[in-house]
Amino acid sequence: MNVRMGELETLEYHRDSGLSVTVYRGQSKGSASSGDLRPESVLNCVRKAAEIARFTQPDKFAGLPDKDHLASSFPDLDLWHQQELHVDTVISNAMAVEAAGLNLDERIVNSEGGGFSASQGISLLSNSDGFSGRRWGTNYSQSCAFIAADDKGMQRDYWYDNKHALTDLDSFQTTGEMAAKRTIARLGARSLKTARMPVIFSPQVAAGLLGHFIAAISGGNLYRNASYLKDRLHSQVFPAVITLREQPLLKRGAGSASLDAEGVATTAAEIVSEGQLEEYLLNSYSARKLGMVTNGHAGGVRNLKLEAPSITSEQLLADMGDGFLVTEVMGQGVNIVTGDYSRGASGFLIKNGEIVHAVDEVTIAANLSDMFMQITGIGNDIDARGRIHTPSILISEMMIAGG
Amino acid sequence: MSESLVIVERELLQPTGLQEIDVQRVLEQLMGPSIDAADLYFQQSWSESWVLEDSIVKSAGHSLEQGVGLRAIAGEKTGFAYADELLPEALMHAAGTARAIARHGQSYQLQAWQRDRSPSLYSSADPYQGLDASAKVELLKTIDVYARGLDTKITEVTVSLSASHENILIAGSDGTYAGDVRPLIRLNVQVIAEHNGRREMAAAGGGGRFGQQQLLADDAWKEYANEAVRQALVNLEAVAAPAGMMPVVLGPGWPGVMLHEAVGHGLEGDFNRKGTSAYSGCMGDKVASELVTIVDDGTLPERRGSLSIDDEGVASRCNVLIENGVLKAYMQDKLNARLMGVESTGNGRRESFSCLPMPRMTNTYMLAGKSNPEEIIASVEDGLYAVNFGGGQVDITSGKFVFAATEAYRIRKGKIAEAVKGATLIGNGPEAMRQVSMVGTDLALDNGVGVCGKAGQSVPVGVGQPTIRIDAMTVGGTGE
Repeated sequence: MNVRMGELETLEYHRDSGLSVTVYRGQSKGSASSGDLRPESVLNCVRKAAEIARFTQPDKFAGLPDKDHLASSFPDLDLWHQQELHVDTVISNAMAVEAAGLNLDERIVNSEGGGFSASQGISLLSNSDGFSGRRWGTNYSQSCAFIAADDKGMQRDYWYDNKHALTDLDSFQTTGEMAAKRTIARLGARSLKTARMPVIFSPQVAAGLLGHFIAAISGGNLYRNASYLKDRLHSQVFPAVITLREQPLLKRGAGSASLDAEGVATTAAEIVSEGQLEEYLLNSYSARKLGMVTNGHAGGVRNLKLEAPSITSEQLLADMGDGFLVTEVMGQGVNIVTGDYSRGASGFLIKNGEIVHAVDEVTIAANLSDMFMQITGIGNDIDARGRIHTPSILISEMMIAGG
Repeated sequence: MSESLVIVERELLQPTGLQEIDVQRVLEQLMGPSIDAADLYFQQSWSESWVLEDSIVKSAGHSLEQGVGLRAIAGEKTGFAYADELLPEALMHAAGTARAIARHGQSYQLQAWQRDRSPSLYSSADPYQGLDASAKVELLKTIDVYARGLDTKITEVTVSLSASHENILIAGSDGTYAGDVRPLIRLNVQVIAEHNGRREMAAAGGGGRFGQQQLLADDAWKEYANEAVRQALVNLEAVAAPAGMMPVVLGPGWPGVMLHEAVGHGLEGDFNRKGTSAYSGCMGDKVASELVTIVDDGTLPERRGSLSIDDEGVASRCNVLIENGVLKAYMQDKLNARLMGVESTGNGRRESFSCLPMPRMTNTYMLAGKSNPEEIIASVEDGLYAVNFGGGQVDITSGKFVFAATEAYRIRKGKIAEAVKGATLIGNGPEAMRQVSMVGTDLALDNGVGVCGKAGQSVPVGVGQPTIRIDAMTVGGTGE
């Protein structure tokens, strides 16, 4: 559901169903999927996967997970909160989110609209070793994007919330006002002079930054020699004050699940312990390729939290003194193979711990390896809306390119 | 009637037992008394891809999807639902859901169907026709051996071959009745090179809306393998890119992705109807240097971004977006065209039946100019020459765009000097286009690998341009 400028814009009903089949003929693998679940289509899908497996080549690392790694208990993670919602309620929710921001300030001149969505999903995974496991969850989200304008031009920004239970969502007021405030704050943005300076990543962009670290310690990139963190297990990759803790069984957690995408049990772990890389993120296949054992990461990381002694975000700004607070990054300039990082960025110029003006049209660049080692401060403003939960992160120096 | 429409009726409708009259009945149900326009989008598609890694063809996948998207429009409001069962009851139910949007609006009559006669821009054949499973496996193995043989520094090779084939049928309340059969094939070669403790990855590939014979004619795959290996080796020697503002020369072909980001998205009709684009309200204004003429052309035969008809049944066109620097047209789908009082430009596209159409690009490129490419490079005292790019991104509202070079060189005293890595370019669309001071004679289109994302929907696109000089852009490296 989307509303724009107080009027209903789109109302969409989605109902997806699908089946994916993987067949191993010896150690040759074939896959097929179908969006059509009629019996004859399911049969065709299985046949197609089996036929492909006659032609692909044997791979001694291929196959189902070892039986003793499969999940055997399926605790209730409190992810299912079904709620009857009348379409009129959904429309008025989306309108309330938009209205909260639209009327906040006269510089909000336009809207990309307020959105509200509710969904529920269930998936079943079975394999020929007799395993059968389920995952299920409901999801509710609300979002809003505005355009603000002054004599220097237009700026856009947005805000959202996303929860398993409707009652856990932020108020409409909070989401709408946050979107409007963020948009207004960007007015008057200009570039910076090219220079080296400290940079704070706000929680939303810090989660993306840790996402690059996650990619670099993922089995698929490691066995392909496509990671700058190859052969770095048990070495120091963060300052010693930092621990990355994964809690896949967190009640109502955004990324919670008791089994991974191939049925392997998930477990709580310290991926990085006091700065040392302790775990690669492996599925059965990448684990066998690397001569290791799966740790339930088919399908990625689940509720990874950055833990460290923290201070308030105001104190973090004060500690940085002069530098660049980044609130948005753009583009794909991240090379996991080499760790080279160079992305477009916008945010705020900070002097003496205070915001001076909004910034855009600059790039920030460094090497990921150095960036993570040069974290010198952590805020207490954790954002737990996604699979990676991080606060603001202060990095002591990056190259800023601008005018 | 077009040949595609005959094929689509035979392959998509007939097996389900659905008749033209059933389609009409669903459309009537969708229209109701208060809807301005409605359409049905039937889609049946399969795709199959094969991947070689570690010198073995270790996986392949096949996917089949079919369904019908149903849309009802009342004023600026859109109701949407879809069914993945091609059964009259399922369609009637979805139609009832989609029209729930409409509370107001005028009564509207269904127009008599006009069967589309657009000629097809591509073959209706299965793109894999003539290449069986074992031949695909052999092909990937041959490419692997060839790529590894090119240089001892190559340590990893990944080759993928993928193709899809789609049948589309569109029936609309405005009388649209059109079909399209769309082939798409792509081959990609990715390598990792290692030397003296350094490691670099590079990839090259190509494809289009044609069959495997054409993709593989004259061992065209060798060109992709050569190119991937060459780029990886260049990057092994590359030094940190400079940081700061400087003149930038962009090479021909794929660097046209810059136009896609810096200009194309900002000229899509939805953003301009809503007034959220940096180009909103600029029609007829000078928005670029007079050397710049940019078109979006869906009519190029067999190109990856081309469409015989768009996803609303409108024949695609060659639309001039910017002519000699002056803004001439936005790209439109039916909804935005109607609300802005213009015609659809044939740019209504959707990822699948389960998504709503939006104004999207097809093949977007800048026309050739008069400068010799060597002269363009020679004109730069100190700057950057960027010849290959990864993806890009744009903020439509502020006009800021960014894209990352995967192969770039420093220009020193008019000569191409050392290779540099990690160069991200950032700029403002309208500003960068005003700074275009030289346009080359060497227009080239990309090899057919582009994917464009918008609002979560991906569609295949093409880009292109000649060599161009932009007088000042911010280059975001780590060096001096």
